[in-house]
Amino acid sequence: MASYIGSATSRVDGRPKVTGEARYAGEFNVPGLVHGYVIESTIPKGRIVRIDTSGALGVDGVIDVLTHQSRPPMADKDNAYKDEVAPEEGSPYRPLYDDRILFTGQPVALVLAEDWETARVAASMVKVEYQKEPHVTDLHAERSRAFAIDAPEKPRGDAAKAFASAAVRHAAEYFIPTEHHNPMELFASTAIWEDGRLTVYDKTQGVQNVQKYLCGVFKMKPDEVRVMSPYMGGGFGAGLRPQYQVVLAVLGASALKRPVRVMLTRAQMYALGYRPASIERLALGASSGGTLESVQHEAIAVTSQFEEFARNDTGWGNLLYRSPNAKFEHRLVKLDLPTSCDMRAPGAATGVYALECAMDELAIALKTDPVQLRLQCYSERHQGEDVPYTSKQLRECYRQGAAEFGWDRRNAEPRSMREGSELVGWGMASGVWEALQMPATVRIVLTANGHAEVATAASDIGTGTYTIMAQVAADMLGLPIDSISVKLGDSTLPQCPLEGGSWIASSVCNAIANTARAVRGDLLELAKEMKDSPLAGVGVDDVALIDGKIASKRDATRAVPIASAMQSGNAERITREEANKVDEDKSHARNVHSAIFAEVKVDEELGVIRVTRVVNAVAAGRILNPKTAHSQVMGGVVWGIGMALHEETLFDHHFGRVMNANIAEYHVPVNADIHDIKVIFVEEPDEIVNPLGIKGLGEIGIVGVAAAIANAVYHATGKRVRDLPITLDKVIQFE
Amino acid sequence: MTPFQYARANDVADAIKQIATDPSAKFIAGGTNLIDLIKYDVEEPTRLIDISHLPLRSIEQTSTGGVLIGAMVPNTDLAYHPIIEQRYPLLARAIMSGASQQLRNMASTGGNLLQRTRCFYFYDTATPCNKREPGSGCSAIDGINRINAVLGTSQACIATHPSDMCVALAALEATVHVAGPAGARTIAFADFHRLPGNTPQRDTNLEPDEIITAIELPPKGFSANYSYLKIRDRLSYAFALVSVAAALELDGDTIKEARLALGGVAHKPWRSSAAEAALLGQRAEATAFARAADWLLHGAKGYGHNDFKIGLARRAIVRTLGQAARGTPQSLSDKKIR
Repeated sequence: MASYIGSATSRVDGRPKVTGEARYAGEFNVPGLVHGYVIESTIPKGRIVRIDTSGALGVDGVIDVLTHQSRPPMADKDNAYKDEVAPEEGSPYRPLYDDRILFTGQPVALVLAEDWETARVAASMVKVEYQKEPHVTDLHAERSRAFAIDAPEKPRGDAAKAFASAAVRHAAEYFIPTEHHNPMELFASTAIWEDGRLTVYDKTQGVQNVQKYLCGVFKMKPDEVRVMSPYMGGGFGAGLRPQYQVVLAVLGASALKRPVRVMLTRAQMYALGYRPASIERLALGASSGGTLESVQHEAIAVTSQFEEFARNDTGWGNLLYRSPNAKFEHRLVKLDLPTSCDMRAPGAATGVYALECAMDELAIALKTDPVQLRLQCYSERHQGEDVPYTSKQLRECYRQGAAEFGWDRRNAEPRSMREGSELVGWGMASGVWEALQMPATVRIVLTANGHAEVATAASDIGTGTYTIMAQVAADMLGLPIDSISVKLGDSTLPQCPLEGGSWIASSVCNAIANTARAVRGDLLELAKEMKDSPLAGVGVDDVALIDGKIASKRDATRAVPIASAMQSGNAERITREEANKVDEDKSHARNVHSAIFAEVKVDEELGVIRVTRVVNAVAAGRILNPKTAHSQVMGGVVWGIGMALHEETLFDHHFGRVMNANIAEYHVPVNADIHDIKVIFVEEPDEIVNPLGIKGLGEIGIVGVAAAIANAVYHATGKRVRDLPITLDKVIQFE
Repeated sequence: MTPFQYARANDVADAIKQIATDPSAKFIAGGTNLIDLIKYDVEEPTRLIDISHLPLRSIEQTSTGGVLIGAMVPNTDLAYHPIIEQRYPLLARAIMSGASQQLRNMASTGGNLLQRTRCFYFYDTATPCNKREPGSGCSAIDGINRINAVLGTSQACIATHPSDMCVALAALEATVHVAGPAGARTIAFADFHRLPGNTPQRDTNLEPDEIITAIELPPKGFSANYSYLKIRDRLSYAFALVSVAAALELDGDTIKEARLALGGVAHKPWRSSAAEAALLGQRAEATAFARAADWLLHGAKGYGHNDFKIGLARRAIVRTLGQAARGTPQSLSDKKIR
């Protein structure tokens, strides 16, 4: 039998998804379902003075309007609201808790009605009176209030002094605006009480995180709450923390003793988390020969007034480049906004953008080819920890990416390449992310009819988790993939972490391997008990499950069909549950890498930018499924194009409001913006990172893409735009 | 959202009768803009009169050589109609530059004229907006105004009209046929949309009890020398930062007649007789185009974020006139601007 691992297997959940059979959090209909519509705060800061619900309550079909005054009880301690990924510092937001307004768009009331339209109509009749307080929402205006946090990596040497004495220097500030995730699926939760137990269908990247959170907030026992999220129409980090609608749905269901669904509108989703706007200051000092003497990276990013969210924006230089002196600083500015949160490649999408633009600028100052500079500064060891990598095929990414792109035909001079009315620019950048593993447990139930159910509490957020798990299980159990069913997205299943950080593939697949080994052991015991067993005296690691048989690895003729072994032992099923082994070994750095090459064509007079080619060469260990992996990275490139050219949440700081809270005006790329995208997976065998050599692909696709495009725009036009998005009015000074 | 009743109009007379008896009623055709506005609590009609079934779906040649387009013709059908493609390609290209295929399938010809501004503040009922709530103030003047107007603005409003189709109709000097309780009348396209002045709540000179029945195109379609160029923040499915409709009649390389209209810069498609006159008798080349651009942009004023639109429009005008003069109109599928 051919191996499924490494084959371009089509999604096992493709058919249910395209036929509509797959149900999402807002699609679970139960008899007597009540619909909730959220009323949001129209001010960014202050207190609720009065809420007049009389008009809404008079509407036919309206059952109740919940406010902070009329809601059922909730926990009153911060700890109850701290989910798995809540920032360490601060007090998590408590939905509908009291009269305090912390941000525009905060829920202040929930209208509960027999249907969604009635709830929405009634919502417009609720009158909320506020007492306003002065607010701040502008990072630039408030940057002097930034305070340092100790998250960044430790300094090395004297970076300031080394910079001051460096032969060639580049220092500049880069800016990434606030961005929102905008998954296609709207956030929704359906809460159902049944016999004193609560079942919640929720749009979340972590059913067990939400389950624990709800137990805390509503003081319930673990076996009283079950959270389900079988499918998800995009998460990108927005579904890592429990979102407020799940609390409102449970409040509504508890108040009414009826099932309640709360679905947010697109506009309301702009009051959930977001990628924090950040100002990134880079200072690079190099020798005249083009090796780095000093790297300084400082980030100033947005968080809320009540929590301190931060990710590693600044430390990526430690992974990519050799430098004897380095300094990293991360500062936060508290604004009257919701707490910022993870969004695809959090920290790296922004920090590596700045770093890789700065490296391009340094290459220009050195009159060195940008790829050559990166090779000159290439680090074989993690600079901060001074350890080698489990594997790092970044050189090969540069080589294969450059070859595919045709980089050697580049004329380094800006504005030197053109096609008619358009200036042509070629730019490149590096990408880097972590290869993480988290503890996860997988249950396998093998039945005598040759079918296996593989289960864990992970969510497939659209990345292909169902598919790769089926592939790995099929190979490990020696069964055809059609005989494997994968169960995910249910908090009662074996423990699994949130689907985030690119760690799910490595975590669950290595757990499958361990569980399958246990199943194999059980089968071997059964086989050995058979009369005249051909496997007598063979150890568990000397046999494999192949083609429905348990067979000696050395002598395939010594084999017993799985079904026979189970039947002879009267075993209808074998159930095993094992975890992966998460290596705490600090002797290696674990990372994925990429090299991105981009071509832009810029209209010389009008500044209209087209990204006509992107090559993304990725080294990310073992690729389980080239088809879903390709989609994953291609999606990252598309998002990177959006980050470079389109995405920006526009705030009116006078009102403290998002002004483009819809996908007509919050621009992401459309088909016309996307041309050729070539994804290359560079071979990267890795026996150290984990037994299966899996590194994860969720984030790496976007990292560095915006920098490659910004660098290409510079090469095309001679105009360096450091503030994203690169719109035509930033490229050309129109007079 | 406000609850509303729904009624279907049987014929034009019935539609007029229904709207006249209910001042808070609104016509609905494709609903591609109105339904959003109802959801945003910006429009609060208590009654929707569905006119989408009215027999106003024909495209016919008139006795004087023009074309009469029924108000209910979907945008897609209009853009792909052989007469429009062959004789009025400027109109076809402008329509296809707007929205998405799904929206164009739903949107009606008459409704396209009546779509409302995309100014962020108009859509957000938590902010003042004179167009939405007369007298409350204009938040855009000192706010996020990158997409707002630079021509024909007032202290009360700097909103733009978002249509692409209307920019071409303005350049082609179409006529709007309307019907009301007092009978039928026609409105020259230039007089149909208004400047904001002190009454930005009124987008057009259509009376509340009137209905658009047809758009008439004059015989001249400028099918040899035309172009529609739309500049926007992404390459499709975005409203124009600046768009230009240019149409020329040439004698050799001398301009005999010129039409020029801008979208995305004003409360209505922007034309200037001085700009078009400045092109007459001139050689079709850049210096003449630049002079026309100066005339067309005379009095333009930015509000901060949108200052760039003036210079961008100047260059876009020259470019579009060049495309028209060369007989190489801007392609819709190839986004390269030639």
